[in-house]
Amino acid sequence: MEIPYTYKARPDTGLYNAKVGIWLFLASEIMLFGALFSAYILLRVSAPDGFWPDVALAWPRGLLNIPIGTFNTAVLITSSVTVVLAWAALKMNNFARFRWLMVVTVICAFAFLGIKSFEYNDKFSHYVVRLKDGKAVTGHLEVNGKHPGFWNFADQWSLGRLEAEKVEHIEIAVDPARDIHGHVKHVEGASHDHAKQKIATADIAFLGSYTPATHPFFAVYFLITALHGLHVLGGALVLAYFAFPGAKMWKTNPEQFTNRIEVGGLFWHFVDLVWIFLFPVVYLL
Amino acid sequence: MQATDTHAHAHGQKGHSHDHHEPGFFSKYIFSTDHKVIGVQYGVASLIFLFFGFLLVLAMRFQLANPGKPIPVVGALLEKLLGSDMAPGGNLSGDLYNSFGAMHGTIMVFLAIVPILFGAFGNYVTPLQIGAPDMAFPRLNMASFHVYFIGGVVMFASFFTPGGTARSGWTSYSPLASVTDLANRFDGQTYWLIGMVFLITSSLLGSVNFIATIIQLRCRGMSWMRMPFFVWAQFVTAFLLLLAFPPLEAAGLMQLMDNLFGSSFFLPQGLVVNGTALAVSGGGSPLLWQHLFWFLGHPEVYVLILPAIGIVSEVIANNTRKPLWGYKSMVYSTMSVGFLSFIVWAHHMYLTGMGTKIATFFQTTTMMISIPSVIILTALFISLWGGSIRFNAASLFALSFLPMFGIGGLTGLPLGFNASDIYLHDSYYVIGHFHYVVAPGTMFAVFAGIYYWFPKITGRMMNETLGKLHWAGSLFFMNCVFAPMFIQGFKGMSRRMYDGGTTYFEGVDPTALSLNKMITMCAVGLGVAQLPFIINFFSSIFVGKKVSSDNPWDATTLEWATPTPPPHGNFASEPVAYRGPYEYSVPGAKSDFTPQSEKP
Amino acid sequence: MSEQSHNAAASHDDHDHDIASHIKTYLIIFGALLLGTVITVLMYYVDFSSMAVTVGVALFIASIKAFLVAAYFMHLMSEKKLVYSLLVISAIFFTGLMGLTLWGTHDTPKNTLMKTVYVP
Ligand code: HEM
Ligand SMILES: [Cu+2]
Repeated sequence: MEIPYTYKARPDTGLYNAKVGIWLFLASEIMLFGALFSAYILLRVSAPDGFWPDVALAWPRGLLNIPIGTFNTAVLITSSVTVVLAWAALKMNNFARFRWLMVVTVICAFAFLGIKSFEYNDKFSHYVVRLKDGKAVTGHLEVNGKHPGFWNFADQWSLGRLEAEKVEHIEIAVDPARDIHGHVKHVEGASHDHAKQKIATADIAFLGSYTPATHPFFAVYFLITALHGLHVLGGALVLAYFAFPGAKMWKTNPEQFTNRIEVGGLFWHFVDLVWIFLFPVVYLL
Repeated sequence: MQATDTHAHAHGQKGHSHDHHEPGFFSKYIFSTDHKVIGVQYGVASLIFLFFGFLLVLAMRFQLANPGKPIPVVGALLEKLLGSDMAPGGNLSGDLYNSFGAMHGTIMVFLAIVPILFGAFGNYVTPLQIGAPDMAFPRLNMASFHVYFIGGVVMFASFFTPGGTARSGWTSYSPLASVTDLANRFDGQTYWLIGMVFLITSSLLGSVNFIATIIQLRCRGMSWMRMPFFVWAQFVTAFLLLLAFPPLEAAGLMQLMDNLFGSSFFLPQGLVVNGTALAVSGGGSPLLWQHLFWFLGHPEVYVLILPAIGIVSEVIANNTRKPLWGYKSMVYSTMSVGFLSFIVWAHHMYLTGMGTKIATFFQTTTMMISIPSVIILTALFISLWGGSIRFNAASLFALSFLPMFGIGGLTGLPLGFNASDIYLHDSYYVIGHFHYVVAPGTMFAVFAGIYYWFPKITGRMMNETLGKLHWAGSLFFMNCVFAPMFIQGFKGMSRRMYDGGTTYFEGVDPTALSLNKMITMCAVGLGVAQLPFIINFFSSIFVGKKVSSDNPWDATTLEWATPTPPPHGNFASEPVAYRGPYEYSVPGAKSDFTPQSEKP
Repeated sequence: MSEQSHNAAASHDDHDHDIASHIKTYLIIFGALLLGTVITVLMYYVDFSSMAVTVGVALFIASIKAFLVAAYFMHLMSEKKLVYSLLVISAIFFTGLMGLTLWGTHDTPKNTLMKTVYVP
């Protein structure tokens, strides 16, 4: 038994099955990411004033590493153009070019993920400390001369843990001050790079790293970027499969193979498209 | 290449690809990609869940009617399985009552009714009715069932987690859902969320597949307006699942983050639980959960009813021996219902302190959506007019569906109006309303569908006498169970309270509570009334009367043009639709039905 | 199966010219996307003094970039009607979801809900 229109277009719709399928899937993805973006906006506009220290805004701004984010955006855009070029190469019957373009795409995908995990790590050792006198600082934390370990959730510090382990002070490499727009403030004369500051545990009212528990901004940031990252990972695995083991089909049924690349590409462009909105929304606004 | 060539090719190959090897048990029944096997898998799994969900509610009903008495038969077992703080002395504790309630709703909606309507009937019948050899993506179809099954297992396993299963209702409102068990992050609620993610994924895979199949695999001549109404209902349903579920998936992930990583998506500032301030950052919005949940929730109730209307339409057209009255207006109404169902959701939230403008908006859209619903129901009623109706088990269930759904829909109107809903919300009236739609409504359609398509699936008829007995008992007891709930609701009895809400609201009229005994007895009666069905179902598989033709009901639609039961690949030769779906009693025709595949 | 693939390979030649011009377009779009990214980042350092303008500008640029990706890389410029209708439907529902949710949370009787000030 064979299913009709698996790779030939059905005359009245002009589409083959997988293309209908992927567009339906992308429609549901629009709703998925749409709901997350809606949640982001809602949480942001209803955040209580003064909720984030050191800026007068309720919502933290400019906390993420913009150069890295920009670079990652470029990486993803590059992979998007290589995947469409790979498809065009197949259309022109040039399999060798297809393969190296796919390899570039997959490398870009993993580069993106690597950079992202570096960023994640940085956030886990970044802390916000609220003092009992109402002041607050943010920066990299040092307890007993050590930074909290990377990728180790059990190594996160809280006020309760500081007290339980009888730590008397912590040291924190304070972030430069920011103005209301989240831009780094350039104060004449004052040093604005990561001055170390010693804080007594007794003065601390709250302490938490840049993790979902600390502020809804991080909750949203980690959730959306992690979900996006999963899409990148899934897409990269599928594209890698097409480039190597799955490429056998090029010999038996080039038309269907080209269609597969087109469908895989559509998904990949969608992932890029989400990032195009995600980047300004979480990094810049 | 032309469409016809592909078809010829497809069917030419079918013969030998089947003869080559006899597939083993696993590839035939567990890892099958045949839409019919998958349909049966869905059917069996969801009937089991249906039964389980019913048992849960029987225990709850017993507690409501006999507070402080141990549950008969299974009380001791519950205490042993779930611990003596959950079921002390075989009694249902408040916590366990809440757990059972939450899981009853979840199981019935997500694991029983939707899978049976969409997964089972949809999978089995839709490709047959449009003349397709299978679904567009058979392996995706198989994956969809497997993911559903995993979801079901996770849900079921959650009963045995320390602290018990989810207990915040099938709606899982935050913050309640996030603070039930603060010490234990992997509590029942977390399992619930993980299970839901699986179930949602399964629905998404399924809905992509259904839509692609209906768009792409209609056989030659099967134009949109020649599709049986059942297919239309499945089509719109698939869109509802496709576009309404993702926001709940997003919300589920957020609640999962709240549970596992202590984030505050849905937890507001300054939350106090049992007198202590919660150590969370706050800044989230409980209303956000409700919006995202009901964005799915309302379309979901149409997922529960549209395929049911589809089944009923098929059975009614066949047994009145008349075309459906107003087929086109039914199709357009279905589309309107589908569209509008996305913008009525906040009628479930009138009591959350909404402003009058937004409440008016949702009240208006709710009234608008009842218009196409009424058109569909009216068209079905008019279809009966002047028909020479055959009364068999299938048609009796389909016919009684109509008034039952009518009661359910009409009692929804007072709930749709802001002013009256503020009084009725979260009372037993709401329970009465939606059970009229899903229990005597959708469930009757499911039974009608089973009696109707059973001969195609097994090649044997079900017993008519037992079927009619089943129908009479179900109709009687269903009404005895659910009609009194309207009265209880008016008299102030709360839903979701194991004492009907008396401990916290003294205004509950005692006569409302006194109805509980009778309702519980009728619920047991309803269970007993299913015995003829269970006996009938299993015995007919083996000893039922063999069908004498492929088309025992003299029906017109394409599923009856296949061999019985249909082989892998379905049709013996390429089907072509030459006419509309319901050409019954056409003047001048040689018999009172003209199948779609009959050449003009 | 095999004779079909033969046909498919042969039909490639007709498109060769077409595809070559597409490739040029893809590269131009690539440049435009990179440029758009740079402009977005530069805008962050411009002080518009109003958050609404800042957001508006950033989203405007993002929309243009998204349009380029969708229209050219995803071939939406020349897609079938079916795909358009599907996207229109999901765009409508997405707008409904976002718009009504925001409206619903903010149209409260006195608009007091959740607008509290943080007290440590
Ligand atoms: C067309 C007529 C209908 C109208 C106007 C309507 C209206 C409503 C309203 C306003 C509520 C919320 C009541 C409250 O919580 O205070 C409600 C609840 C409900 N309705 Fe309907 N409805 C209709 C049809 C249906 C159908 C066809 C179904 C299902 C097949 C359904 C299933 C439900 C369910 C499950 C709930 C309860 C949800 C919960 O709180 O757990 N309704 N209905
Ligand atoms: Cu509703």
